[in-house]
Amino acid sequence: MKIVVCIKQVPDTTEIKINPATGTLIRDGVPSIMNPDDKGGLEVALQLKDKFGAHVTVITMGPPQAEAILREAMAMGADRAILLTDRKFAGADTLATSNALAGALRNIEHDLIITGRQAIDGDTAQVGPQIAEHLHTPMISYVAGVDFDGKNLLTVKKEDEDGYQMLEVHTPAVLTVLASAFTPRYMTVKGIIEAYDQREIEIWTAEKIDVDEAKLGLNGSPTRVKRSFTKPQKVAGEVFDVTPEEAVDLIVSKLKEKFII
Amino acid sequence: MDFSLSKKEELFLQMIREFAQNEVKPLAAEVDEEEKFPIENVKKLGKLGVMGIPVPVEYGGQGGTNQMYSMAVEELSRVCATTGVIVSAHTSLCIAPIMEHGTEEQKKKYVPKLASGEWIGAFGLTEPNAGTDAAMQQTTAVDAGDKWILNGSKIFITNASEANVFVVMAMTDKSKGTKGISAFIVEKGFKGFSIGKKEMKMGIRGSATCELIFENCEVPKENLLGELGKGFKIAMMTLDGGRIGIASQALGIAQGAMDETVKYTKERKQFGKAIAKFQNTQFQMADLETKVQAARLLVRSASYKKDMHLPYSADAAMAKLFAAETAMEVTTKAVQFHGGYGYTREYPVERMMRDAKITEIYEGTSEVQRMVIAGKLFA
Repeated sequence: MKIVVCIKQVPDTTEIKINPATGTLIRDGVPSIMNPDDKGGLEVALQLKDKFGAHVTVITMGPPQAEAILREAMAMGADRAILLTDRKFAGADTLATSNALAGALRNIEHDLIITGRQAIDGDTAQVGPQIAEHLHTPMISYVAGVDFDGKNLLTVKKEDEDGYQMLEVHTPAVLTVLASAFTPRYMTVKGIIEAYDQREIEIWTAEKIDVDEAKLGLNGSPTRVKRSFTKPQKVAGEVFDVTPEEAVDLIVSKLKEKFII
Repeated sequence: MDFSLSKKEELFLQMIREFAQNEVKPLAAEVDEEEKFPIENVKKLGKLGVMGIPVPVEYGGQGGTNQMYSMAVEELSRVCATTGVIVSAHTSLCIAPIMEHGTEEQKKKYVPKLASGEWIGAFGLTEPNAGTDAAMQQTTAVDAGDKWILNGSKIFITNASEANVFVVMAMTDKSKGTKGISAFIVEKGFKGFSIGKKEMKMGIRGSATCELIFENCEVPKENLLGELGKGFKIAMMTLDGGRIGIASQALGIAQGAMDETVKYTKERKQFGKAIAKFQNTQFQMADLETKVQAARLLVRSASYKKDMHLPYSADAAMAKLFAAETAMEVTTKAVQFHGGYGYTREYPVERMMRDAKITEIYEGTSEVQRMVIAGKLFA
């Protein structure tokens, strides 16, 4: 079984602070990390590798420094790493990104493609499904469990807002994975040393993928930012630990206080 | 000269920090309170390769550097000094002397299982009457033809009750003083070898510190480590390396206390403002931060010299001396900044203060470090 996991380098949004004077994000000194849902997706692939001897490739599209998360993925156990990097990819929205990734994926032998559900910087959750669309491959999103028959059938738990579905899908397929369902393994010391001293990252430019340049980067991005604004910071809410009866009284009195009722 | 970490070291630091925060920190109070050896975490550290970082790959290690090993002990000690010293004693005091002085057979027999963490290692030099004056060894080893017979006892042995392999010093020829001391590799199951009483300690309470007892203990001939009569030299060389481990542990404790104090002083309000806003807090914390960073540079420099195979004995002594005294100062002031809360077990700084004290004592007291440094200075 050959698996390709699409991963993305993102700013660690839990570390981002807001400048109270300007209301803008302070990006200085914010560390870059592997997107958590993608790391969950890598964990799924590595579990399939443990059980079925799958070969795991990781790919990311980004600037040269995005190689850091590819090394991290190798230190966790990925077998091959590809960095899709080219000025022609710059300024890509989700459509241009998925066009580039799908182009690369056409050149990588695979039975299964795994992406994270969404990235913590953009929160769009679009790239995984778009890749599936470009490749005409079945896709299951919000994946919280994966079983494999060892041949070509996956049994997948897809999480909904109020429950879950158990679905079956034949390979090749695309899964978008939830970080909350898969605790990623730690890197190993040997994995880290080998990732830097012995392993190579393949660099793929736009030439390496067979995609019309008009569909890449800023040119291939129909998304336009109409307006941007900073959400006002919410004040921390109050928490009351009370019985249901007391809660009713509390809510009623609060609503009266605000002249809502 | 380059003071920055390589990308590889940064990734390693990320890995060991994640492990320390997620797995080690949540158990630290329990390890202390219940004097519990954190065996589950030690096994996990073994699986990740942390029990044999500087050991070459051909002996089952990770082929890493002493710098990485030092960073691991620092990061583990930042949240749990017990876990830090377990890794330090195992790596520096047991694996290192076997790697540096062992025969090919000894290395092949012992190192892979130690480096993988399947076996835990310990080191026995100190005796009731031979502390800093290590030459006063009373444990004896007598040549009985096909084996050595050891008699005597060792005290204050880190990892003792959990260890499988011990590097032990014993007198083979009393008339020769320190040149009559030899080193031996002793296994847990050897006839006549047993673990004695466990020490009730002020700090690092989970580190399984016990007495070793040798009653006509039979050690195979081939388990003499290094040449006959070279035991004292082997012990001193081993402790040079060990001091990098303990300096890293002290540094980690100091950093851990800084982390806690920065957090606490920003949250704690008195007289209408966070106590971090008071200039007394700021100036004192600035001094402490400077000392911690100075200690870190000494530790990194000593590790670097060991990695480069340069003489590092005095560097390790300076790193341990300064890091240990910094750890004691930082943790004591951390308790003070926490006020009454700092004196309770609700906050980890009182544990850190108790843990810090040992770093001024074991693997050579601060006075011994000054002797080593002065020895080089006036050579």
